[in-house]
Amino acid sequence: MKPTSHDFKSNAAHALEDEPLRRALSGIKHGFVANRARARENLPEFEQLRDEAKAIKEHTLAHLDLYLEAYEEKVVSSGGHVHWAATADDAQAAILDICRKAGARTVTKGKSMVGEEIAINDHLEQNGITPVETDLGEYLIQLRKEPPSHIIAPAIHLTREQVEEDFRRTHTGLPKDRVLDEPDQLVAEARSILREKFLSADVGITGANLLIAETGTSVIVTNEGNGDLTQCLPRIHIVIASIEKTVPTLEDAMTILRVLARSATGQEFSTYTTFSTGPKRPDDPDGPEEYHVVLLDNGRTEMLGGEFHDMLRCIRCGACMNHCPVYGAVGGHAYGWVYPGPMGAVLTPSLIGIDEAGHLPNASTFCGRCEAVCPMRIPLPKMMRHWREREYEKGNTPPRYKLGLKLWAYAARRPKLYRALTGLAMPVLARLGKRKGRFSSLPLAGGWTRHRDLPSPQGKTFQQLWRERKGRP
Amino acid sequence: MSKSNTATGAPKVGLFVTCLVDLMRPSVGFAAVKLLQDAGCEVEVPAAQTCCGQPAHNSGDKADTRAIARATIEAFERFDYVVAPSGSCAGMLKRHYPEIFADDSELGPRAAAFAEKVYELVSFLVDVRGLDKVDSAFDRKVTYHDSCAGLRELGIKEQPRQLLASVDGLELSEMDEAEICCGFGGTFCIKYPDVSNAIVEKKTANIAGSGADCLLAGDMGCLMNMAGKLSREGRTIEVRHVAEVLAGMTDGPAIASGGDDTA
Repeated sequence: MKPTSHDFKSNAAHALEDEPLRRALSGIKHGFVANRARARENLPEFEQLRDEAKAIKEHTLAHLDLYLEAYEEKVVSSGGHVHWAATADDAQAAILDICRKAGARTVTKGKSMVGEEIAINDHLEQNGITPVETDLGEYLIQLRKEPPSHIIAPAIHLTREQVEEDFRRTHTGLPKDRVLDEPDQLVAEARSILREKFLSADVGITGANLLIAETGTSVIVTNEGNGDLTQCLPRIHIVIASIEKTVPTLEDAMTILRVLARSATGQEFSTYTTFSTGPKRPDDPDGPEEYHVVLLDNGRTEMLGGEFHDMLRCIRCGACMNHCPVYGAVGGHAYGWVYPGPMGAVLTPSLIGIDEAGHLPNASTFCGRCEAVCPMRIPLPKMMRHWREREYEKGNTPPRYKLGLKLWAYAARRPKLYRALTGLAMPVLARLGKRKGRFSSLPLAGGWTRHRDLPSPQGKTFQQLWRERKGRP
Repeated sequence: MSKSNTATGAPKVGLFVTCLVDLMRPSVGFAAVKLLQDAGCEVEVPAAQTCCGQPAHNSGDKADTRAIARATIEAFERFDYVVAPSGSCAGMLKRHYPEIFADDSELGPRAAAFAEKVYELVSFLVDVRGLDKVDSAFDRKVTYHDSCAGLRELGIKEQPRQLLASVDGLELSEMDEAEICCGFGGTFCIKYPDVSNAIVEKKTANIAGSGADCLLAGDMGCLMNMAGKLSREGRTIEVRHVAEVLAGMTDGPAIASGGDDTA
């Protein structure tokens, strides 16, 4: 996916004028947000569980090399294959190679953000293999040739009406009089199309929410069951996962799953939690003949031990974006790459560079709600600030903004000068704005007054008045 | 939480006025002084203060942040307490200064000791001074916006509501989503005005939906943003800092309202 993160401002401006998008986004409040709050209420030990989950990931990251080796060993001993991919290109190549060797023409896919990160669909298509998304949301955006706008609800930007329209446009066998008014009817319609695809696919690709070192198991959570069909029906199952998904034990995986579903959708547990360990064994009734794991680094080892280390704890629940006022206003596409919202604002610059993604860590009010709801207690605002520091050090800060900042800082570092300047300026401004008590426009304040009035100052500064009145209120 | 030096005399409080109160609305500073004095504190206002440094800190300008933070610590560390009529600025002093100097063997411990003394005004009155009521009257239906830093960095939620409940004639009508950001975000509202506007639009709709005729909050940045939007939308909801109401100093014009310019 070609990033458009550098266009965040115009992306956002378009999003703000997109009426259906705003309607679609308004549903997050009564859906994900309300449900998470309820799930948290219903589990007294939720906060403790967050600490435990965080500790598990911290421990794993501190010994990631050992756990990855242990994981690989178990995958191999259960009859599977592990492919190490340092970059997105390596991962694409590994997957294409497996598909070619299998003579695959159609590949079904479960939802995978790493799949988006390495743009696997485009790569397969360019090489004559048809990828079919089987997650309903992913299927919808594949029809529309759009990227996901949310990491767990890829089509959250769409309204029901838009989905109906897309089905009527693309499902040529769909009778005109078929009623598609309810979400259930839309799901049934998608199922009827996807059922055929599941059966004809040669390869199934899924992501992984967790990789368990103890057992060599990959875990996915879904609510539609499409993941199970994707990985059980085709002859070959490929798991694509980034290295930080590893946890030491099955017990650890359970702890993380308990916070994951609650944080993501407010469910106690996802409808389907599927554990895959190797290919079909002789006595298994079903399962793939081949089981491959493509382990993606793509910049993550660079993050280990550095300023963005904590980001590697992320379990992709989406709570940060569900609770983000900026995401809620502009949606996920405005962020211009795979990962939107606060987690994307931290992760995206690590993966595609701060020069491309510089807007993302800046486009935050630092309201702190993301960190407050993050099940892994990732200090997202702090890390966005670290990106701003890097930008500032690189000289990427816009010149006019930097000049303003420097002038202000020069005065703010010199209290006497500051008092003199503000003592002169404020009474003047106050006189100008006295009648209305506000300005509807003011030179150099266009960013503010475009949308709102600027309250005028009362008159003299507090410091002036305090000295004049000698400390009497 | 109350420190015991009340037994030996009034605690010395350094008022960190905050730049926006200093420049835009000195009446809030005087309201803070009155509240602190009424709560038995001796209040001083060091001249050597400007701003907490957040504009630099949140723009990634480490050198200026450190210089401003250092000067603030030096100006205020002699006090028993440092109190600011803002959750955002108090949060900067209390939560961020120690982080900024975490790798500094000299300023690190000083910043940590300084941070211990820092409080936002209303939470200081309730949590440290044990205040449970104020002597003031305000015959209005008000709604209260929880500013982000105060709420999430300092845990300010019940304290202002507790004191507001004791104000004669005041009725509190909670708005929907009181805990959601107003879209101000310091320099954010200048860097991303359109996004900021979309956020504050939701906020003003919630404010209006509460049926209140007066909006209160504890942070001038948020208040100026919301007041500016309410007035642009032609809404007649009056906007004030919570300290003005608690101190009974509500005679002057509200934020973004015309009239007399004396403090």
